[in-house]
Amino acid sequence: MSATPAAHGAASEETHHSTHGGNDHAASHGTMKGYMTGFLLSVVLTAIPFWLVMGHVFSDTHLTAVFVMVLAAVQIVVHMVYFLHMNTKSEGGWTMLALIFTMIIVVITLAGSIWVMSHLNTNMMPMTQHDMREMP
Amino acid sequence: MTHPSTPTADGEALAFYVAEDAHAEGSTMLGFWIYLMSDCLIFAVLFATFGVLGRNYAAGPSAAELFELPTVALNTAMLLLSSITFGFAMLAMEKEKLRTTLVWMAITGLFGMAFVGLELNEFAHLIHDGATPQRSAFLSSFFTLVGTHGLHVSVGLIWIVTLMVQLGLYGLNPANKRRLMCLSMFWHFLDVVWIGVFSFVYLVSVLQ
Amino acid sequence: MFSNLDLQKLVFGRLTLEAIPYHEPILLITFAMVAIGGGALLGVITYYKAWAYLWTDWFTSVDHKKIGIMYVVLAIVMLVRGFSDALLMRAQQAISFGDNQGYLPPHHYDQVFTAHGVIMIFFMAMPFVTGLMNFVVPLQIGARDVAFPFLNNFSFWMTVGGAITIMLSLFVGEFARTGWLAYPPLSEGTFSPGVGVDYYIWALQIAGIGTTLSGINLIATIVKMRAPGMTMMKMPIFVWTSLCTNVLIVAAFPILTAVLVLLSLDRYVGTHFFSNDLGGNPMMYINLIWIWGHPEVYILILPAFGIFSEVTSTFSGKRLFGYASMVYATVVITILSYLVWLHHFFTMGSGASVNSFFGITTMIISIPTGAKIFNWLFTMYRGRIRYELPMMWTVAFIITFVIGGMTGVMLAVPPADFMLHNGLFLIAHFHNVIIGGVVFGLMAGVSYWFPKAFGFRLNEFWGHMSFWFWVVGFYFAFMPLYVLGFMGVTRRLSHFDDPSLQIWFVIAAFGALLIAVGIASFIIQIVVSFRNREALADLTGDPWHGRTLEWSTASPPPDYNFAFTPMVHDLDTWADMKKRGYVRPLEGYKPIHMPKNTGAGAILSAFATIFGFAMIWYIWWLAALALFAILVTAIGHTFNYRRDFYIPAEEVVATEGRRSQLLAEHA
Repeated sequence: MSATPAAHGAASEETHHSTHGGNDHAASHGTMKGYMTGFLLSVVLTAIPFWLVMGHVFSDTHLTAVFVMVLAAVQIVVHMVYFLHMNTKSEGGWTMLALIFTMIIVVITLAGSIWVMSHLNTNMMPMTQHDMREMP
Repeated sequence: MTHPSTPTADGEALAFYVAEDAHAEGSTMLGFWIYLMSDCLIFAVLFATFGVLGRNYAAGPSAAELFELPTVALNTAMLLLSSITFGFAMLAMEKEKLRTTLVWMAITGLFGMAFVGLELNEFAHLIHDGATPQRSAFLSSFFTLVGTHGLHVSVGLIWIVTLMVQLGLYGLNPANKRRLMCLSMFWHFLDVVWIGVFSFVYLVSVLQ
Repeated sequence: MFSNLDLQKLVFGRLTLEAIPYHEPILLITFAMVAIGGGALLGVITYYKAWAYLWTDWFTSVDHKKIGIMYVVLAIVMLVRGFSDALLMRAQQAISFGDNQGYLPPHHYDQVFTAHGVIMIFFMAMPFVTGLMNFVVPLQIGARDVAFPFLNNFSFWMTVGGAITIMLSLFVGEFARTGWLAYPPLSEGTFSPGVGVDYYIWALQIAGIGTTLSGINLIATIVKMRAPGMTMMKMPIFVWTSLCTNVLIVAAFPILTAVLVLLSLDRYVGTHFFSNDLGGNPMMYINLIWIWGHPEVYILILPAFGIFSEVTSTFSGKRLFGYASMVYATVVITILSYLVWLHHFFTMGSGASVNSFFGITTMIISIPTGAKIFNWLFTMYRGRIRYELPMMWTVAFIITFVIGGMTGVMLAVPPADFMLHNGLFLIAHFHNVIIGGVVFGLMAGVSYWFPKAFGFRLNEFWGHMSFWFWVVGFYFAFMPLYVLGFMGVTRRLSHFDDPSLQIWFVIAAFGALLIAVGIASFIIQIVVSFRNREALADLTGDPWHGRTLEWSTASPPPDYNFAFTPMVHDLDTWADMKKRGYVRPLEGYKPIHMPKNTGAGAILSAFATIFGFAMIWYIWWLAALALFAILVTAIGHTFNYRRDFYIPAEEVVATEGRRSQLLAEHA
């Protein structure tokens, strides 16, 4: 998707876009091989977590959860590379920059909310005997 | 392109303007990508909400009791297949094959419809069993997150139909190609979000 | 068979005649004034047969300059509305002591302070900032329009749709009584069953779509449409701050949209996100809305920083001191603004780890801001300073903003915040930074770029009047609130028992009156300047000896901005071009490619506003109809492939010829 407009836009574009970073024409919409690689990887990366959970492979559910999340992260990268054709060069690197910035904000929103909200009751009166014993 | 230069005070010749009328027309893909990023943040909020409220069952049914993973797996397969068929549509567009493009788009649309249909069916079952969005914060956040994704897929379906009509009317002109590429990004983006949904919402939630 | 009641419910939802507040004299008088004023305006437009002109030349225009001006006009109208709310509050608090209950009943007073906050942030400051960015950014980067001109028009009309929705709440039904962020559980259906919170939600949602889209638009414009040679580090500083602002908009407003969707689901569908029961958690709303809310503060202030930088550099006749550090400071603020949100609710009760983390990040974010202050001071140091109006606003800003910044750092200390939270100290602090920072910046921006937009300068006398009344009025209005805050007075009270507090509220009310004179002077200034526009005319296009590209073209700029796309060699491009002896080209004009006007934006926004109104009043058939109309119009618009045209070369020759003549007369 990188060089989209220039590929069918005005020819004059290329000359004057030199300042905005390169428009690489090759592999702009991916290739058959790329799509198939991405597809097969995705099938595998989808199948494993389902198998882990449905087959109760590990007795420790935390371990399973971590595996599932890591595999999800890997699969997201696979999709980004093979289906969304992310690379550092398209649009002069701006799409990649936007993606990285967004990922930072997503992580802040997700992890931050969960962290903040899990501390919701820190200053509450202890409600049980157990809490009372935990008091500093 | 010529750069008319003006002799300057300190002797060097510098061009201060471009004589040709050069208009940059290349902002659409970047703009659409930025839109997707903003959409991504809407999903981030919904994921965060599920992350915080997703275990608040309020003495109602829990994730492990409700979710049927085989259905989710089937749903995931539908969306994954639709992703690869959209890829084939894009490859056909590259080769300027209008009819092949249309056929692959139609197949993508069918997979998408199957996905939405399966999801609606799942929702109907849950509501029938009393697991409504009003039952608990867990169910509120589940229905909202998965429903918002489903709504996006439905908008994608309307878009596919609209674009197929426009391709039929005007062929693979530059504007239509640009739109196809935007739609392709949109569709694959929804697939990426779905990875988060089936992992974080379905699989991790059923673990006790 | 329907009974009468059922039929009425089906057709009008919960809208009944009772919703028109004809029994409230204050609202009735306001309504009469708005009706007479509005009627007179419409009458004048009709009398001069200006409707067609307005529609074809302005409302449907995709020209970024006209859209920018329309944004600013909207902002000034809403400033007057929001400020009247402020006067109402100041008057109430000045008299409502002991036995005197004042003239505003609590349920009305609560609507007033909610509307004041919402209007000032979303419908005054936001459109003002967006308007200035819209007008200035393409000119400063040497572009002919924004990246998506139609989207720009659509964004503007969505903002107007939101403003209309909030104005409607004044005369049909009521507005929210929840405070400007509508915290649950108060804003939940259980405790606020009326239409107030629904007006709030839909006004913000409709306007929010516009804001997000205009953010995307300006990012794409800045990234893709800079003139050749303008690398990132050669961009004018206002373009930099605009870029960061729009990044913040695109990364923050979706969060607001999503949170408000969750709140509406609670209210409309009965879900349990933020309710007290069945697993809901009101603090989650507060957490999420401040993840939007803190970046929002920087969305407002960063463009103001950009304006001050341009003004300081221009009127000191020097390059900006520490350009690179200014850029880095802006970028650092952009990212850090996402790491401080919890300081808005230290008192939630999270423990030492969370509170100290956010306290420290908050203190850190004041460092780049401080660096900026020093950059402006060093720019002025040994400069040839001209105290024109924009520069006066800048100096007032530097002094005022430093005070506001320091009280902000005080609030960043969690133990201090526990004392000051929800008190008048906080009110004084954020008015200190928003008026002293954002509003002063916008006033500086208006007086700086007004000649560029309209081709004549603003009258100096009334400008000075406005300036002094604003600045002195500000100190009178808000310094007493710091004092009251230290005394422990909390915000949002409509009545007080302790008579010793009254004097401070009277002083604050006096300050508000001074500001009222300041606003009036500003409006008089525009009228007087318009009447003397011949004498105040700017023929050169460069009335301030400017340094950036917008001053290289005519005032007002032609539709196409630049007959030839400029080439950039250095920072402060226009100053560089003047120094190197640039000669304006007089021939070789080519036809210019431009986007076509379209009414689709205004129509879509009208349907969106109807949709919002129908949702607020539960008129389901109308909502469905409006949604369908939006869908059909939007899809229909995509079938329009002819969206551009060429301005013929002869027309360019004629326009540029007229400018040559003016320049010759001037010289």
